[in-house]
Amino acid sequence: MKFIGSLVAVLLLVLLAYLGVGVAGLRELFGVVLPYVSVVVLLLGIVWRVLCWAKSPVPFKIPTTCGQEKSLPWIKQNKLDNPSNGLQVVGRMILEILFFRSLFRNTRMDFRGGEEKVVYGPSKWLWIGAIAFHYSFLVVFFRHLRFFSEPVPWLVKLTQDVDGFFQLGVPAFYITTFVFIGAVGYLLLRRLFIPQLRYISLVNDYFPLLLLLGIGTTGFFLRHLFKTDVVAIKELALGLVSFGPKAPVEASWLFYCHLFLVCVLFMYLPFSKIMHLAGVFLSPSRNMPNNNRAVRHVNPWNYPVKVHTYEEYEDEFREKMYAAGLPVEKTPEQAAAEKSAGDNGDDASSGTDNKE
Amino acid sequence: MYDTGKILAGLVAFIVVATFPLWFTNLFGSPSARPVLELPKGEKKCVEDTEYMRHWHMNMLDQWRNEVVREGKRMYVSSDGRKFEMSLNKNCLKCHESRAKFCDRCHNYMAVDPYCWDCHVTPTGE
Amino acid sequence: MAEPSFDSMDYYKKDELLEVDHKPPRTSWMKTPVEFRPGTWIYPTKAKHLEYLGMPNPRDWSPTDEDWKLPDNWQEIIFNGMRERLDKYRSFKVFMDICVRCGACADKCHFFIGGGDPKNMPVLRAELIRSVYRKDFTTAGKLLGRMVGARKLTYDVIKEWFYYFYQCTECRRCSVFCPYGIDTAEITMMGRELLHELGLGVNWAMEPVANCFRTGNHLGIRPHGLKDTLEFFAEDIEEATGISIDIPMNKKGAEVLFITPSGDFLADPGTYTCMGYMALFHEIGLDYTWSTYASEGGNFGLFTSHEMIKRLNAKMYAEAKRLGVKWILGGECGHMWRVVNQYMDTMNGPADFLEVPKSPITGTVFENAKSTKMVHIMEFIADLIKHGKLKLDASRNDHLKVTFHDSCNPARSMGILEEPRYVLKHVCNNFYEMPENTIREQTFCCGGGAGLGTDENMEMRLRGGLPRGSAVKHVQDKYGVNTLATMCAIDRATLQTVCDYWAPGVGVSGITEMVANAMIMKGEKKRKLNFRLEPVWGDPDEDEEG
Repeated sequence: MKFIGSLVAVLLLVLLAYLGVGVAGLRELFGVVLPYVSVVVLLLGIVWRVLCWAKSPVPFKIPTTCGQEKSLPWIKQNKLDNPSNGLQVVGRMILEILFFRSLFRNTRMDFRGGEEKVVYGPSKWLWIGAIAFHYSFLVVFFRHLRFFSEPVPWLVKLTQDVDGFFQLGVPAFYITTFVFIGAVGYLLLRRLFIPQLRYISLVNDYFPLLLLLGIGTTGFFLRHLFKTDVVAIKELALGLVSFGPKAPVEASWLFYCHLFLVCVLFMYLPFSKIMHLAGVFLSPSRNMPNNNRAVRHVNPWNYPVKVHTYEEYEDEFREKMYAAGLPVEKTPEQAAAEKSAGDNGDDASSGTDNKE
Repeated sequence: MYDTGKILAGLVAFIVVATFPLWFTNLFGSPSARPVLELPKGEKKCVEDTEYMRHWHMNMLDQWRNEVVREGKRMYVSSDGRKFEMSLNKNCLKCHESRAKFCDRCHNYMAVDPYCWDCHVTPTGE
Repeated sequence: MAEPSFDSMDYYKKDELLEVDHKPPRTSWMKTPVEFRPGTWIYPTKAKHLEYLGMPNPRDWSPTDEDWKLPDNWQEIIFNGMRERLDKYRSFKVFMDICVRCGACADKCHFFIGGGDPKNMPVLRAELIRSVYRKDFTTAGKLLGRMVGARKLTYDVIKEWFYYFYQCTECRRCSVFCPYGIDTAEITMMGRELLHELGLGVNWAMEPVANCFRTGNHLGIRPHGLKDTLEFFAEDIEEATGISIDIPMNKKGAEVLFITPSGDFLADPGTYTCMGYMALFHEIGLDYTWSTYASEGGNFGLFTSHEMIKRLNAKMYAEAKRLGVKWILGGECGHMWRVVNQYMDTMNGPADFLEVPKSPITGTVFENAKSTKMVHIMEFIADLIKHGKLKLDASRNDHLKVTFHDSCNPARSMGILEEPRYVLKHVCNNFYEMPENTIREQTFCCGGGAGLGTDENMEMRLRGGLPRGSAVKHVQDKYGVNTLATMCAIDRATLQTVCDYWAPGVGVSGITEMVANAMIMKGEKKRKLNFRLEPVWGDPDEDEEG
């Protein structure tokens, strides 16, 4: 249901682009206004969300330690999984962000009730799928800079050349196109076919995947099947970045559809789970060193709390302590003398009046 | 602890990277350099109509090469019935005399690097 | 014979417990109400404990009641409580926002593995609260509701929270695997804090909290009682070794204050570990003291609220200051070390009246504890062994085939993994590791941490203990392991049940107990009894001269 709903939503967006450009000819809206709006929403949205998080402090140093801590000098510390200083934290974060370290640990539980056994095997598929998706998306995204820059930076050209290395087809098929569509497809299928995963999945999960699939498919179509005027498109792109855009009539509605889906993604991103791209940097269980015992962490809202002081404690147990020969601050006689001296009714009301 | 400095630095870095096309093209590039092609002087009509050629010329050339090299076919009949020899040198380059003034204009603009000239001699238009 | 009751492990048939279906039901989780089945939930806090602690809405009630006697404005209380915590904890805010439901955590939770309830998948446990967050704090949730995973805060939601936030042991195993480090312990802590705002908590956690606040320890042992207990241990030590030892208590000017969980005073086999500390400190001549006021290393405040952590933990530094010690040594405990490592200095520090810990025996300066000034007993012992300060005869533990259970908190909130292994390998000759996905940072919970280790929760304890029990069984079958060593008081209390059920024949032992048994003490008599007073090294009735 949630999947169907998301699918319908994405198809509606495609239809909207068709009606908007193919029928109504609202090229300026889809080619100029929405791109500007969506980029502004994207950038400001991300900044706003991060600032929202940043407004809340990190009161405690709570890294999840995944290896040996730094302790005695002759015990080998696991510096990347249990960092003890800023540099090591950077190392941990690089592993986490660029290589999905934690996901790489993934295991799969195999419950063998009959043998009274649970065993765990490595499970790298999700990691592979995630790496494939994120990196292919990054390359695809980066390749598109050829539209938005003039001259085209050498790195963009190099990326294209490497990506089209096999020189299959004309124009060459990019490896990442297939990796991207394949990876998104995999991530979608596992959501649909693994029962536990289907159970936890929301529209929030299906919609972005389907949207990405839509973007990838329309992109593929535009390059290989339903071609359109790329020079005109680049003109539009450069017009957008230099604030003098003209939405070209030469470009097909499919191009506007592709662009529209990207705009939707941009506008959706800051308000969705995709914000994990920024959130991962701020995760207190990963971005802090486990040096709590060596370097004091300060909590800005550390307020005083009601404690049970030693005096209150001794007041309650003094007689027994004294009788048992335990040292006391005041002997029962001293305490009694003090009490009668200051006995003006101000009973030290502590929390000690609780009977067993 | 807020780590405000680090977060702001991160956001600035993000904005700088994310707006790369904006500052790169405006500061270091030429955003309005639409390629102008030098069209053939005598001929008005290509083997197919302009839009088709614009979108599909690479596929056509690819197909020509395959048919000539692999199947020995040399004649192309266009959609309006005209006949052409399937040859880059003898046909296309007869009108489009200069690679620099025709082919490269768009190819450079779009950062496309076709491998035609790996084998074919580059026409200079001289 | 009487039928066993649901709070006894004999009530549960293995093959029935092992019939776990990990496939979720057909009804969506939002539409599946919680069912309070005996054996899977914990008795609520008695009103008197909440009153004593000054916590809201004290009353007597039961989760099986229709009416939980919540305050009239309970929704408003939760809403404000959530907003307050979102503003105070970046962790909470970020973790509410960035989960992508990739499912990597799903089969990492011991309760899900052993029970199959989908809401025990860490991701869904977080969604229980995240769904309400979406509804109240995000625009999309307000507008689109259930479609985007948002739901209204209803009475049933509160019941669900109570059930499932007390089916999480805050062990952080899922956090190890989460690509964003989302820490379910953190979410459970927030959930429990919110529940406490309505007066919803469990007695097994809150009675110790109230006890600890008053008497200094969870068990409510009063000062003279503690003295008796330790004297009793000293007698047993003398019986085993022939050596009479001192018991310094509340001694001003001692060099070191020693604090250990109070479980070690009362419950076997923790008591033997306690005897181990006493014998060890005597042997090395440590100038130390026990405290009756700070007589608890553990901190059930961790299972209650951040404020309660601080309220209970304050005693440690206060007592160290009053007694004028130089530094603090901490015993074998799990969650205690999460508190000491991650909260104590921040909450109740800086401890500038203490000195950077330095072992008076070896001269080692514990740089890693230079701010908190508290050293873990395993760091301390490992250092002693490294410097050859202990005379050890590992063969005394030859009757033991030992495996080691990493306790959740020392493993995942501190990373003390090698020290206990180093010590164990020096005090016993037969040491075998459990499978790698069940130890170190991937270790499995005993099933009874975070306030869940009570008998009325037996079904969940056995289910949650299955992953650990199965790993123990594995090394028992493979190597004949008969001893599960662990450095956590809750483990020592709960894992015996887990072992008796899933790997019968395996006993639980603290590490210091094994150290003390292997330690050749100056002037000891011919040892025949171990610290459990078991005749493991010869017949005690046999004539000394033989």
